[in-house]
Amino acid sequence: MERTLFGFIWRYSKRDQVLLLVMTGLSFPFLYVSLELPKTIINEAIGGENLPGDLFGIPVDQIQYLFVLSGLFLALVCVNGAFKYVINVFRGQLGERMLRRLRYLLYGRVLRFPLGRFRRTSQGEIIQMITAEVEPLGGFVGDSIALPAFQGGTLLTILIFMFVQDWMLGLAAISLYPIQAYMIPKLQRRVNELGKERVRTVRQLSERIGESISGIEEIHANDGARWALANVAERLGVIFGIRYEIYRRKFFIKFLNNFIAQLTPFLFYAIGGWLVIRGDLTFGALVAVLAAYKDLSAPWKELLGYYQRLADARIKYDQVVEQFDPAGTMPAELQFAEPPDDVSLVGPLVGSNVTLLDEDGEAEVESLTLTIEPGTKVALVGPGGGGRDSATMLLARLLFPDRGGLSIAGASLAELPESVTGRRIGYVGPAPHLFNASLRANILLGAMHRPVGPAHDHDTPAGQRRRAAAAASGNSTDETTADWVDMAAVGVGSDDELEARLAQLLGRVDLGEDVYGFGLRSVIDPDEWPGLADRVVGARRRLRERLREEGVAELVEAFDETAYNTNASVAENLLFGTPVGPAFALDHIAQHPHVRHVLDKTGLVDDFARIGRDVAVTMVELFADLPPDHEYFTQYSFISAEDLPIYQVLLGRAERLGLDGLDAEDRDRLVSLPFKLIPARHRLGMITPEIQDRILQARRVFTEDLPDGLRGAVAFFSSDRYNAAATLQDNILFGKVIHGRADAQAEVGRLLAEVIDGERLRDAVLGIGLGFEAGIAGARLTAAQRQKTALARALLRRPDILILNQATAALDPASQARVMTAVFAEVRHRTVVWSLHRSGLAPMFGRILVFSGNRVVEDGEYEQLMARGGVFASLIEEEKAGG
Amino acid sequence: MSLNQEVELLKNIPLFSRIATSRLKLLAFTSERLDWDASQTLFRQGDDGDAAYIIMEGSAAVLIETDAGEVEVARLRRGDVVGEIAILCDVPRTATVRATEALTTLRVTKETFFRLVTEFPEVAIEIMRELAARLERTNAQLREALGTGGG
Repeated sequence: MERTLFGFIWRYSKRDQVLLLVMTGLSFPFLYVSLELPKTIINEAIGGENLPGDLFGIPVDQIQYLFVLSGLFLALVCVNGAFKYVINVFRGQLGERMLRRLRYLLYGRVLRFPLGRFRRTSQGEIIQMITAEVEPLGGFVGDSIALPAFQGGTLLTILIFMFVQDWMLGLAAISLYPIQAYMIPKLQRRVNELGKERVRTVRQLSERIGESISGIEEIHANDGARWALANVAERLGVIFGIRYEIYRRKFFIKFLNNFIAQLTPFLFYAIGGWLVIRGDLTFGALVAVLAAYKDLSAPWKELLGYYQRLADARIKYDQVVEQFDPAGTMPAELQFAEPPDDVSLVGPLVGSNVTLLDEDGEAEVESLTLTIEPGTKVALVGPGGGGRDSATMLLARLLFPDRGGLSIAGASLAELPESVTGRRIGYVGPAPHLFNASLRANILLGAMHRPVGPAHDHDTPAGQRRRAAAAASGNSTDETTADWVDMAAVGVGSDDELEARLAQLLGRVDLGEDVYGFGLRSVIDPDEWPGLADRVVGARRRLRERLREEGVAELVEAFDETAYNTNASVAENLLFGTPVGPAFALDHIAQHPHVRHVLDKTGLVDDFARIGRDVAVTMVELFADLPPDHEYFTQYSFISAEDLPIYQVLLGRAERLGLDGLDAEDRDRLVSLPFKLIPARHRLGMITPEIQDRILQARRVFTEDLPDGLRGAVAFFSSDRYNAAATLQDNILFGKVIHGRADAQAEVGRLLAEVIDGERLRDAVLGIGLGFEAGIAGARLTAAQRQKTALARALLRRPDILILNQATAALDPASQARVMTAVFAEVRHRTVVWSLHRSGLAPMFGRILVFSGNRVVEDGEYEQLMARGGVFASLIEEEKAGG
Repeated sequence: MSLNQEVELLKNIPLFSRIATSRLKLLAFTSERLDWDASQTLFRQGDDGDAAYIIMEGSAAVLIETDAGEVEVARLRRGDVVGEIAILCDVPRTATVRATEALTTLRVTKETFFRLVTEFPEVAIEIMRELAARLERTNAQLREALGTGGG
């Protein structure tokens, strides 16, 4: 990257800058004429001196001459304005382009940082630099050359004009410039230093904030909030001090400038007035000079402002570039070179005297010499944290050795571009990262190295514009909407095959059941899955049949428009559908005006008040003695611990006044209670068959009277239609698994799975489950699920060599054994190097390398090593002893 | 069966006879009522225990798995509590329990059960008494077995 700001500007924008300069230059003659014209208007057209009599042969009188000149002045105002507008737009575009380029360059460099760099640089700092710190640079770049040229030119034009009018006035105008030119830089220098200081401290602040977010659990667990706050307060205090100081100094500079600028007119009035009185200067010339002087202060101010911004931008640029140029940054070619032909890494992995040094120059891995024949399954064991971890990363080319060399199939690993290592080697670390995208996207990432086709709108004008804009800023023209999945690497020829392969991989890494579960609990848009809705409705019928055939039809109480569902809540029964959006959300349904309308119209409101009172009485009886923080409140009570006393008082009033004597608020409270009742579960006997019939009636009224505006707020149940607001599982079930029957859930689940398989829906459910969003850093998945996903990601592209760094550490032992076996089956003839978190897993491998400290101390087969009774044998002993 | 009927039933069980009605109601309300078909298994010997069961209606057999197959060691009837050992001692189920006819139980989760025992010493004492009685029965059986074996 260019060392200096102007180096950067010149390299990437010289053509635009020159163009800008030319445009600026063209604008000056017009500016000069627009300054000259007022004098002519005042002296000739208004003053009546030297009237030309005719213009271009056409005779004009004084009034016509005045209007012609004024019209000319108006035209010049327009031309000057147009110049300014065009130049500003062009400048803005240039600045934004350069900002885009700079950010892209910086981000690109982050991707090539040596991994060790991330131990010393915090995420917060890097983000702060790329997003916030370089932002003002964009604006500055557009101004960097054109602004001083334009404003300097303007200034010069005005000055020349003044000197032409009268050299003494000209001199007066610039008489105080030397003082400013001497003092301002002196004052500015200190402001610059403070500016540097500010950048540094703000960066530290963002680092501190970033740390607090990563360490939030520790802060809570150790009551560290005050310490954290004190730390940030201290930093904010430093920043405040610096900013205040800068502000004060900047304002002093401003004050000085303004003061001097206002001193100059004093000279004009005195000298100019004297000249006019003596008759050496026309009155018109003095007015024009005064007008010009007013125009003079603007460019002068701009120039001084530019000087300040220049200083600021230089500091920012230097400080940012310094941070983004660490030693050991990978050359861009190594990241982007495409292999000339299909390079294969099938071959022996050879290391000779590989040594890796840490930051203090101590060897993390010392003289590692080894040959791993293709197809071998090698385990790396040894205490954690030692050389084993680093050695694994060296083999995956995530770290580069300081001495010695590694080669695979004869090719030096250090010289292979990432397009080979990142496609031919599969690597999974102990805490793999999942991106904030769907599971599918996270797995497919393993085979998304470059676009393999054009974007869908590649040839449209919009697509072409987008690419041209990217190219103009030196950005990548690869489009994220293009097809990126390398089907050949995955070994499939079509999307269907790819889906099948994904399903197979999920099975391999023992993630199939989890994803299947995600799928069942997903709410899908039927338009995105053509034909699926009908098949789900078919599965619904099939499940009903199967339940009947098994003689357990009563385990699911189906939704029936004409029947009350005793295993669903009152709210669900009234709504008879799934709420869409917040309007009829089951928790707040009682408050909705339409629901109130329905209760009023059917007269249920009085019954609900009565039942609500009975519920409240029961709740008070059951829960009043419990401490307010008792977990039963959240698990079982219809009334929260805070509200319980309110209801106690309310019940007292109801006792005295009767239900009809209560005010509206009290009644509302009572009416809202029965909505959560599920007769079969709560067994309170309050929703009697008679009430059930009335609720069915209310259900009809609810639908009939539903205002058009609320039609979309509920997806009604219909036995032969797919419900787009409900989950896949609820759609197949179309009812409630009954309460109070032992094993009902398990039995229904079994039949559900059977029907899904029978109807060939399993793949679709898996496919939908793959759409599950992993959350930020995969937070919606467990650690084990994240590891399994990462394994699938690495296996997807069928790497020649698979390097696993404690990649199953988060799995339970049973799952771990299954996954290891399945992975071996998957990569049968290919090389596997697996760094193990437990030495006990080593017997599955043909060869074991034992690390102690930074060296390999034993190397051989399991039996050999055990018989030898050395380090490995004692590792196994220790593990057994530790359980 | 409504909650109130369940409470009436619980009142007639010696173990709960001294507990206030409102507490029994809370116990019933926070417990799941489950119906079982004849020969359905409540839990199996060796399973992890997460709940105890109060027999409300019907009967169930307590079976111990031996080399010779399952041996019935007790018959449970209305009012009996079963499955409390596994949650008290945090050990796997010590026996299999299977319904011998249509059965209705209240399933009391581990948390609810512990709360019951800590909040009501009289329940704890009743359970101790029951466990002691079982131990005594087992001892008697053991003596008998040894006596037969020795003589």
